[in-house]
Amino acid sequence: MKPLSAFLIFGLPLITIATYWLMAHLERRRLPEPKPQSFIQRNGWPVSVYLIAAVGFWALILIIFPLLYMVDYSLHPKLPPAAKGGPRDVYTLQNYHYFLFGSNTSRSSWNSTHLYAFWITIVMSLLITMFNFLICYPIAYFMAQVAGASTLRKYMLLLITPYWVNEILRAFAFGILFGTSGLLNTILIKTGLLAQPIDFIGQDIALYAGLTYAYLLLMIMPLYNAIEALDHNQIEAARDLGAPGWRIHWDVVMPFAKPGIASGCTLVFMLSAGALAAPLVLGGPKSLWFTPIVYDRFYQAFNWNQGAAYALVLLLICVAFVLLVMRLFRVSLSEITR
Amino acid sequence: MTSKGIWHFMMTFYSVIFFGFLFAPLIVMGITAFNTSPYPQAYPFQGVTLKWFGELFSDRSLMDGFWNSLIIGGAVVAIAVPLALAGALVMTQIYSRARSLYYLVVVSPVLTPGVILGISTVIFWRDIADLTGSEAVYRGMFLATLGQCTFIAAYCMLIFLSRLQRYDRSQEEAALDLGATPTQVFRHILIPFLMPAIVSAAAIAFLSSFENYNTTTFAILADKTLTTVLAGRVRQGTTPAISALAVVIIGVTVIGALLFEVFRLREQRREDARMRAAADAERREVLA
Repeated sequence: MKPLSAFLIFGLPLITIATYWLMAHLERRRLPEPKPQSFIQRNGWPVSVYLIAAVGFWALILIIFPLLYMVDYSLHPKLPPAAKGGPRDVYTLQNYHYFLFGSNTSRSSWNSTHLYAFWITIVMSLLITMFNFLICYPIAYFMAQVAGASTLRKYMLLLITPYWVNEILRAFAFGILFGTSGLLNTILIKTGLLAQPIDFIGQDIALYAGLTYAYLLLMIMPLYNAIEALDHNQIEAARDLGAPGWRIHWDVVMPFAKPGIASGCTLVFMLSAGALAAPLVLGGPKSLWFTPIVYDRFYQAFNWNQGAAYALVLLLICVAFVLLVMRLFRVSLSEITR
Repeated sequence: MTSKGIWHFMMTFYSVIFFGFLFAPLIVMGITAFNTSPYPQAYPFQGVTLKWFGELFSDRSLMDGFWNSLIIGGAVVAIAVPLALAGALVMTQIYSRARSLYYLVVVSPVLTPGVILGISTVIFWRDIADLTGSEAVYRGMFLATLGQCTFIAAYCMLIFLSRLQRYDRSQEEAALDLGATPTQVFRHILIPFLMPAIVSAAAIAFLSSFENYNTTTFAILADKTLTTVLAGRVRQGTTPAISALAVVIIGVTVIGALLFEVFRLREQRREDARMRAAADAERREVLA
C-alpha cells in the first residue's frame, strides 16, 4: 500500500481523534475548580476500557477504515496480486471513467447500459418512495390519531407480521402472484378481462410492486411515531375553525410530522435504490437495476476495483438524497434517524 | 349517514385493501406449499400434500445454511449489542464539539445500502489477510458477522439512546454517595435500567441478522447462509419447497412475535404498577 493511502485511511481518522482529545483536554484545564468528573473517574477503569475499546473497534475497524479503504481501492486499477505495490499500481480514475464511458474499445461514446440502469434506479426509487408515502400516510394517521388502543395493537401486529418473512421469500411470493401462469393472470383470463396473459415480470411491473411492498413498514413506523406525538386538540381546533380535511393534513399534521416523513422517505429510498434481492428474483431478462450490476462487477467480471467504484457511485446518490431531504424538510440528521 | 360515519367507512375500506395487499402474496405462497402441482401454483388446486415440507428438511445445503444463519445470528447478538451499548453511552458523555461528527459516523451504517457495507468489509479484510499473511480472518462466516454487526449495532444504539433519554442520573448519584464504585453503579443500576432495551436490541439484532441478504451475499464468500442458499434456489427455478420454507418461517416467527408482544405487555404493566405504587406512596405521605 502506498504511504499516502495508508496515511489517508489510517492516519487521518486517528489524527482527528487525537485533535479532539487534545482540545477537550485543554478546555478542561482552563475550567475553574471544582472540575467536572473526568471520563475515567465517572465510569471507573473497567467500564472505561470497555467503552473505549468497543467504540474504537466499531467506529474505526468496522465503519471508517473499510469505507476509506474502499474509496482508495476504487482509485486503483485491477492488478494481479504480484503487481500490487509495483510500478503499475497507480492512482487512476479509470473505474469511474468506465462507468461513464464504457471500455475504450466500445463504439458508443457513453456507457449507456450502465448509465441508463443507474438513471432508472434513481427515478423509480424516487417514485416508489413517493407512492409509498401516499399509501402509508392514511394508515399511519389513522393509527396515531383515530384508532383506539386495542385496534392499534391489532394493526401493529398485522403490520409487523409480514416483515418477519425475509426479503427473498417476499419477492418469491410476488413471483408466484405475477408469473405468466401466476394467480393474477389466471384470474384475469378466467374472468374474461384478458385474452392473453400479461408479462408482468418482463415489463418490470412485478419488480416495482415488489419493491413498493418490501418497505411499507419502514415508511409507516416513522410516520406513526411522528403523528402520534401531535396533540389531538390541535386537529380539533383546526376543525372547529372550519378548516377542511385536506387543510388540516396539509397545514397541521404534515408540518408537525416532518421529521417522520423525512425519516421514512430516506429509509425507503435508500433501501429501494440498494435493493438486491427483489431485482434478482423479480427482474426480467431485460430489466435494469443498478445493484445487480454492481454485484456482477464482482462476481461476473471479477473486477473488484471497478465494483468498488460502482458501489461508491451508489453511496454518493444515497448521501445526496439524505442531504436533499435534510435541506427540503429542514431537519437534522438526528431527527431522521430517530 | 353522518360525515363521520362515511369517513370511518372509507377508512375501514382502505385498511382492508391495504392489509389485503400486505397479506395476499403471503397467503397465495402459503397455499402453493400444500398443492401437489410441481410448480408453485395456487390455482388450480390439485390436491393437498405435505411432501414439499419433507423435501425441505432433506435439502442438505438449505439445512447447512440454516445452521450457519443461526450461528451468525448468535454471534451478531453477542457482538453488536455490547458495541451498541458502548456507542450509546459514549454518545451521552462525549466531548460536545466532537458529538455531531461522532453521531454521523456511528449512525451512517443505517443510511448506507447494505451491499456497500458488505463490499467494503470484504475488500478491507481480504487485504488485511494478505498483509498479515493469515488467512484466518478471510472466512465467510467471520466476515458476514462483522459486516452485519456494522449496521445492526447502529440500529441497537438507537434503541439504547431512546431508553437512555429517560435515565435519571440522581439514582446514580445516590449510589455513589452511599459508597458504591462507578463499576458497581454500572452493574447494579445502569444495566438493570437498560434491561428491556437490551432484550429488544438482542431480538432485533438476531432477526436482522437472520434475514439479511444484501450485506451477507457479498461477505459470505464460499460459505452459505439460509438467505444466500435461498436466493440461489429461487433464481435457479422455483419449487413449492421454497413456499414450504416460507410457511415454516412464518409459523415460527408469528409465535416469536406473539411471545415478544407478551413480554412487552408484561414489562409495560410492571412499569405502570411501579408508577402507581410510587404515586400512592406520595399521596400517603402528603396525607400523613
